Formats: sequence, structure tokens, C-alpha cells
Amino acid sequence: MPVKTAIVGVGQTDYRFKRTDVTIQELAVEASLKALEHAGMTMGDIDAIVLGIAPDALLGINAVDRWIGEALGVAPRPLLRVNTGGTTGAAAAQAGYAHVASGMARRVLVVAADKVSESPDAQWVLNTAMDPIYERSVALNAINMCSFQAVRQMDQYKVTERQLASVAVRSRKHAQLNPHAHLRAPITLDDVLSSRYVCWPLKLLDCCPRSSGACAVIMAAEPVVRANHSRAAWIRGMGATSNTIYMGDKMGPGRDVDHADWDELAMAAARAYKQAGITDPARQIDVAEIYAPFTCTEIAAVEALGFAKKGSGGLMSEQGMFDMNGAIPVNPSGGVLSANPISATALARIAEAALQVMGDAGPRQVPGAHQAVATGIGGTLQFHTCMVLASDA
Amino acid sequence: MGQDERVEAPLIHSGEWNIHYDYAVGETATRFFSRLRDEGKIAGKRCPECKAVLLPPRAYCERCFVKTEEWVDVGPEGTIEAFTIVYEPFDGLPQPPYAVAYVTLDGASTAMANFVRGLDLSVPEVAARELAVGKRVEAVFIDARKGTITDFHYRLK
Repeated sequence: MPVKTAIVGVGQTDYRFKRTDVTIQELAVEASLKALEHAGMTMGDIDAIVLGIAPDALLGINAVDRWIGEALGVAPRPLLRVNTGGTTGAAAAQAGYAHVASGMARRVLVVAADKVSESPDAQWVLNTAMDPIYERSVALNAINMCSFQAVRQMDQYKVTERQLASVAVRSRKHAQLNPHAHLRAPITLDDVLSSRYVCWPLKLLDCCPRSSGACAVIMAAEPVVRANHSRAAWIRGMGATSNTIYMGDKMGPGRDVDHADWDELAMAAARAYKQAGITDPARQIDVAEIYAPFTCTEIAAVEALGFAKKGSGGLMSEQGMFDMNGAIPVNPSGGVLSANPISATALARIAEAALQVMGDAGPRQVPGAHQAVATGIGGTLQFHTCMVLASDA
Repeated sequence: MGQDERVEAPLIHSGEWNIHYDYAVGETATRFFSRLRDEGKIAGKRCPECKAVLLPPRAYCERCFVKTEEWVDVGPEGTIEAFTIVYEPFDGLPQPPYAVAYVTLDGASTAMANFVRGLDLSVPEVAARELAVGKRVEAVFIDARKGTITDFHYRLK
């Protein structure tokens, strides 16, 4: 039986375009100190560190774990660096959870940081993360890989650009409640619909920003939690999947999942829900923090998580089901559309979900949130994670 | 030194990565690109178990986790599965606008990405209607082929 594990501390820096006052080392330490303070711990209490850093080329520092690892303290404890692209922060949390759940560590620091604005153009860097033989030289990047999804959603489910825009408007509305969010200015449907096309059918305001910032969480084993912590976000379930890098495999007649959908997230969620005893997610989950860097991806996610029937996520969004006062508030933090410090983004979803069930989410608190779900996505929409957190074990 | 009240402009040090690599593409991609370059043919590999004709060709089927052996010619015509039209300039990437589509070439089980050329992209809504999912295209092979994926592109039928 795994050791029951909870998040007992959360630390986030503000997410901003640039942080010229700190190095990436100092940024990671800033979030770590905040998480330790929230948990009432010091670095000396930590048995192991998991560091989530996505491709080195975004920072332009090769094997950057050497530099950041040093700043996280010189001590006889393991440091593990994790990288699965966008999913990095959630994969780091998964590794931290495994440390505690296995009994190999009692208190683990999971930290992720990024300064995406220091690379000249993130899409150039992300193009280099494509298959180098068949796909890199046809100019694929992170935006157009999601455009392909939006095109298939529009074709199969008649998703409209207005439905996509509703996701952006709601995210920005929620971001106004979150002082950490990078983009907080309110936007209207017309603002989104009249913004310029970046990669058809995605327009500028369908897309996330590129942000700098860091996020950290402290995980602890049940005996530690019971003895020291009145509030905790218990990890009730964790699922993850890995699929092909080739998006075309999810489009042709031989496909087993469709690029329009996130069936892989549904599989990860099914595993997490089973562990958590969730049989009716739309009723049993009070709030969701979804890794959705583009409007279309959130539509795929709410369907995969069981909040809306396949093909109806866009309509449900437009009708307000995922607003703060809707049936299932989605991304009270403003989500990835309001801040995307790539390495830290998936961990921020977990951190925000943890704050919700701990009752510590401040102005963005969903009243009475007891159970939350957090997702991660990375690669060419190929790595998915799903974590269920709850206020009781 | 006591409390320092000075406010200094943040100092920025610049760096650059410009590293040359020679990627060995392996036997499978070597065969694919040689045939593309020398004969203007596109070929996938069939999985002996699930029978899928994989394109890009792979030495192993990642679903069945077995070695592939048989080469199968596909195309040159095919069907658009997804597309995008890029209007934003990105560092290190082509000058916009350009269109990229995933196309299932006839006989393949999976779709393959490449540029779509020969189409007016100046008005997004008009170009997007031309490139709709389900539209037929053909692979067009350039004359000066070098054994790379851009030896061909798609064109609307």
C-alpha cells in the first residue's frame, strides 16, 4: 500500500513577462522559500528535491539542473531533474509523489521555474523539439500543433471561433482574481474574435503568453501531515499517459485516438478517478485547474475529464458552465492563458488545485471546494497527467 | 556596506547557441529519403501485426512493439486531415504566410505533415475554406531533390 501523501505547502512567484531582478536560480529559490514558509518548514526538513525544468534551450543554459540544483541547497539528499516538455511540472510532482508514497522520503520539495522571455522566440525553440528527421523542417511549433486540433474540432463537432473565444474571456476574467497571473486585463469576445490570426484558426488571444516565474510545493507523508498540519491537500489519485510524437497517427484511418480529442487525458483521468473513488466527476469534482495553453485545448480537456460530453465542451463553455459560479469552475487562477512559465505551468495547476482544497486560494477561492483535479500536457499533445486532490485523505 | 538605496538598470549578458549536428537518420529513413530523392516515390512501412501502413515509416510499430519489414508505396494523392495557415512571423521559421497540412496519402494508415503550396493565403477565411478537412491533394515533387522531407509538398487537386 502506498504511503498516503499530501501537499502541505505551496509557493508561487508572480508570473510576469520578464524577471530581470533575479536569475533562474534565484527564481527557483524564491518559490521554494515561499512553499517552505507556507508549510512551516525549513530546507533542513526536506529529504529529497525534484526539479522540473523543460527543454534547456528555452533558458539557453545547457544542463541547467547543475546551476539551479546548487542553489537549492548543498545537502546529502537526492536531487532529480525531470523534463517532459509542457508536462514537466506535473511529471516532477508525480516523481515527488512517488518518493513519498514509496516510503523513501517523508518530506519532498518539488520546484519548477522558467524564464521563457530570455529566449528570442519560444516557437523557434519548440520547433527544435519536433522530430528532427520528418517534421522539424515543415515548421511545426507549439501553436500550430494545437491549430490542427482546433481544425479537427471545428470539422467534427462544429466548434466555433466564438466558443473558443469564450474560453479566453473567462480565463482573463478569472485572472483578475489572481495576483500571480501574468495577463490580467479584461477582454471581450469581440477583442478575441478581432485579434489577428497567428496560426489559423487560432488568433492572438486564443494563445497563452510566455512568462517567467516559479512554483514549488512541499509533499509530506501521512504521519508528518497528521502531526504537524491542520490543512493539507491529499493526493487521492494520479494518472499519466504517453503517446506518439506523430500527430498524424491520430488523424489517419489507422488512428486509435483522435487529435480532436484528448482521449489520452481521459485514460489518465480514469486511473486517477478510480484511485480517488470518483464515479461521477461532474458532480464529485468541485474545481478544475486545466493545463490549456490554447482555447481549443481546454475544450478537449473538459470533455476528457468527464465534465461535458464529447463535442459539447465548446457550447458548455459558451453557456458559462465553467465560470466561477458555474457548475464546475475551471481555472479560477486564470489558467495557462493568463500565465505560462512553461517548466512551472503544470506544477502551478497542481499548486492552485491544492490551494483550493486547503481553502487558501484567497480571492479566487471556490467556496467549499473539497475535491479538485489538476491536469498537465506536454510534447506534441502526447504526455498527459491528471491528479486528484482532496481536503481529506 | 549598509543599506544600499541605489537603483541600477538590470545588467543583461547575451549568449548564443549555434551548434552544428550530423544526425544519422538510420536505415529506415535512409531508405525512405533515397526513394523519395531518386524515384519521387513516397513509401510507408507495414506493421506485421496490426497491418497499419506507418508514415513516417518506422523501424518498429510503437503500438505492437514489433519490427516492421514490408515497404508499401503510398500516394501520390491523398486527403487533408488537418491544416493550419501561419500568419505570424517566428524567428528561425519561414516567412508567413504559409500553410501546413496533415494528409493521409492513399494507402497509408496515418497522416503526414508537409507544406501546401500554390494557394493564395492572403485572406484567411477564404484560404481556410479551400483547405478544408476532406479536400483532396496531391504530392508534388520538386526537381532538385536532396533526400529531405521538403523534396515534396502538397497541392490542392
